[in-house]
Amino acid sequence: MTNATPALLTLAGVSKRYGTVQANKAIDLEVRSGSIHAVLGENGAGKSTLMKMIYGVEHPDEGAILWNGEAVQMSRPSDAQALGIGMVFQHFSLFETLSVVQNVSLMVKGTQAQLAQRIVALGDQFGLTVDPDAMVHQLSVGERQRVEIIRCLLLEPKLLILDEPTSVLPPQSVRLLFDTLRSLQAKGMAILFISHKLDEIRELCDEATVLRGGEVTGRVDPRDHNASALATMMIGREMPKVAATKMVEPGEVRLSLKGLSHAAITRFGTTLRDINLDVRSGQIVGIAGISGNGQQELAASISGETLCTSAEMVTMMGKPVGRIGPAKRRSLDFTFVPEERLGRGAVPEMSLADNSLLTAHRQGMLNNGFINRKAEREFTRSCIDDFDVRTPGPDAEAGAMSGGNLQKFILGREIMLNPKVMLVSQPTWGVDIGAATAIRRRLLDMRDKGAAILVISEELEELFEICDVLHVLREGELSAPLDAATTTAQDIGAYMIGAKT
Amino acid sequence: MKIQLIRRDTASRLAMIGAPVLALLLACLASLILFALLGKPAGTALYALLLKPFLSWYSFSEVLLKMAPLLLIAQGLAIGFRANVFNIGAEGQFVIGAVCASALPVFYPDGAFPLMLPAMIIAGALGGMVYALIAAGLRTRFGASEILVTLMLSLIAIQVLNYLLLGPWKDPKGFNFPQSVMFPDNALLPTLFEGTRTNISLIFALVASVLAHLLMQNHFRGYQLRTAGLAPRAALYAGFSAPRMIWISLGLGGLAAGIAGASEVAGPLGQLQRSVPSGYGYAAIIVAYMGGLRPLGIVVSSFLISVVYIGGDSATVSAGLPVAAVEVFQGFMLVFYLLTFTLIRYRVSFFSQARS
Repeated sequence: MTNATPALLTLAGVSKRYGTVQANKAIDLEVRSGSIHAVLGENGAGKSTLMKMIYGVEHPDEGAILWNGEAVQMSRPSDAQALGIGMVFQHFSLFETLSVVQNVSLMVKGTQAQLAQRIVALGDQFGLTVDPDAMVHQLSVGERQRVEIIRCLLLEPKLLILDEPTSVLPPQSVRLLFDTLRSLQAKGMAILFISHKLDEIRELCDEATVLRGGEVTGRVDPRDHNASALATMMIGREMPKVAATKMVEPGEVRLSLKGLSHAAITRFGTTLRDINLDVRSGQIVGIAGISGNGQQELAASISGETLCTSAEMVTMMGKPVGRIGPAKRRSLDFTFVPEERLGRGAVPEMSLADNSLLTAHRQGMLNNGFINRKAEREFTRSCIDDFDVRTPGPDAEAGAMSGGNLQKFILGREIMLNPKVMLVSQPTWGVDIGAATAIRRRLLDMRDKGAAILVISEELEELFEICDVLHVLREGELSAPLDAATTTAQDIGAYMIGAKT
Repeated sequence: MKIQLIRRDTASRLAMIGAPVLALLLACLASLILFALLGKPAGTALYALLLKPFLSWYSFSEVLLKMAPLLLIAQGLAIGFRANVFNIGAEGQFVIGAVCASALPVFYPDGAFPLMLPAMIIAGALGGMVYALIAAGLRTRFGASEILVTLMLSLIAIQVLNYLLLGPWKDPKGFNFPQSVMFPDNALLPTLFEGTRTNISLIFALVASVLAHLLMQNHFRGYQLRTAGLAPRAALYAGFSAPRMIWISLGLGGLAAGIAGASEVAGPLGQLQRSVPSGYGYAAIIVAYMGGLRPLGIVVSSFLISVVYIGGDSATVSAGLPVAAVEVFQGFMLVFYLLTFTLIRYRVSFFSQARS
């Protein structure tokens, strides 16, 4: 393909190593103005590294980056911004101790009052509502991403890079975002859209570069290929499927929330209002909704990290537990996978073996209070093996692992405790497709063996794939139970944005 | 050019041991320059600081005498520091330990009390512990910072000591000096070596080191304390009680400081004096951090700091160094230690712009 005018952005033979890991190898890429170009690949395929080089965060070991046909050296993101490149990161680059508008004003000129107005206006336009005066550390992951997108759009870039932007948006907002992106495209903006969601890419993008193991494995027009062909390019084999399992008849109620209400703990927290929910043995109940609508508060109330105002608000195995802490709830065979892996689900500075001890110490790991290192290592070893955790071994530090691998470890640890009731928050966030499928399959297995499972997730496809019953959480209020088999994504979306209650 | 610190995946064990040694060498080098700039005989000063303590049995025994309270207090403090409970008032707990232990010989100056010495040590331990637990109560009940509370309690402890020595506990036959009666023989710790002042409190400190090691490395309670320090939200997630961690941390810190205080009056001092608060409680904070908050590391760091203390005394005499210069040397040691320790955990990465 030879055009008279050079592409807006050209990468020629770009390579990058981190220690022994070859993150990118001889990547060629061309992005034209007015094009939405997908970069498709699994977690760890090298997408994020590639984008960081385009954005001046990292520097290629070899190869050249050309802007309008001229080689450019970018040593920092401000160089990239000066060229007209904007990026929305998968891992957010916001200061937690500042407010939304303060974060924006670090990159965008204008008084805070003006910026606050523009933030609200953009939010209304694109369905990206966010309070400009909210402190970032109080925001959920989903809300932080909205701030990132808004901040980028305020800079009016020529090339916009979006790293997995839809993973935290409800269907209606995805539609709105896509509309936005198309109108930006119509104005001549180039967009690099990084994703592993094949249907979105086929719908939105006109070009796609597929990465696998740091190398380009395909350059296609995604509209000409079906999802399974793209998946094969991406993962090198057929797309794994979650096996359809038999529906078991749900048993007794194991987790019950009755009139659970809790005032917001912080100014930007969400107040939970009269939440009622039952999870039965042999049942997976899902809670859909956008982060920041009370998900964190609800999870903490169920896990015992936040105590309820009355014991009867939370019942586990028939016992009122609202006033007892996490350890006592766990002794009733309750386990929990939190949404934050580092610092909550695992201690980053400790080895995996020591992280097993965190919640699995009741599994014969203690002799009169002294740690039985052998039992600790055996447990860790089998968790690593059974849940396909890619790590040098039980002595590896949790903080050095990738998010997906750590999630497999934490989920494995909590499953190995044989819970009667399990709460899983965002089970497959940042996990590659293969592993996400494996995790969902595990949850279904557990359900078939009679566990009662509550899943809080922002990924609707995931909820529909595994749940029997769905609820939607919005502004601290929970919808009535919906039968997952007869409900559509659009119905759930209507609850999410408050069109239905 | 951009310089970044990047966390290492694993810290090399050799580097962990080498860091304090390297820090010591760097501190020596920096002080040589400093002493020379001061116009003092740098070689003589360093010789006195580092070698003299080893050249006579008596001065070496003095090193061991200083080491005992530093080691004991630092072991107690390090447990709390690893749980993010910052007891910086060990000095006050040390004083209260000394006061409580002294009560027995003050009221029984003829030594007519059964098991005098064990009773004194227990009284000192309980006194120091209860005193530290005041801060635990205020922290868990009202959220008061234990840093401020323990520090202010130290000032109160010193006033309590002054009150007792200037009033009720003053030795009636002591020519009005602010000090208690001399303790009877059965209220004094036996010495370890003939002709020295080193006493069995060194054994207490070494036993405490072993116990601290077992607690922190091998016991679940120690694991809970470490988790509370490294990732408080993970501790909450797992259901480890945060208030309990605070009570344990402050309790053990106060206990150790109290025993050290009791050993001070029952050891080298032999009576309760106004010189009891001599800075051990604060120096132990440095000792704890220089030992990497690890029980075995603290054994080494308490020894090193004691050497520098004894060496510093002789350097002020033989090389005419000002006392401040000795303190600067100690400061160098801490700074260089922190520097080398950082380089163990992180590697420095330089990014140059001119790369294509």
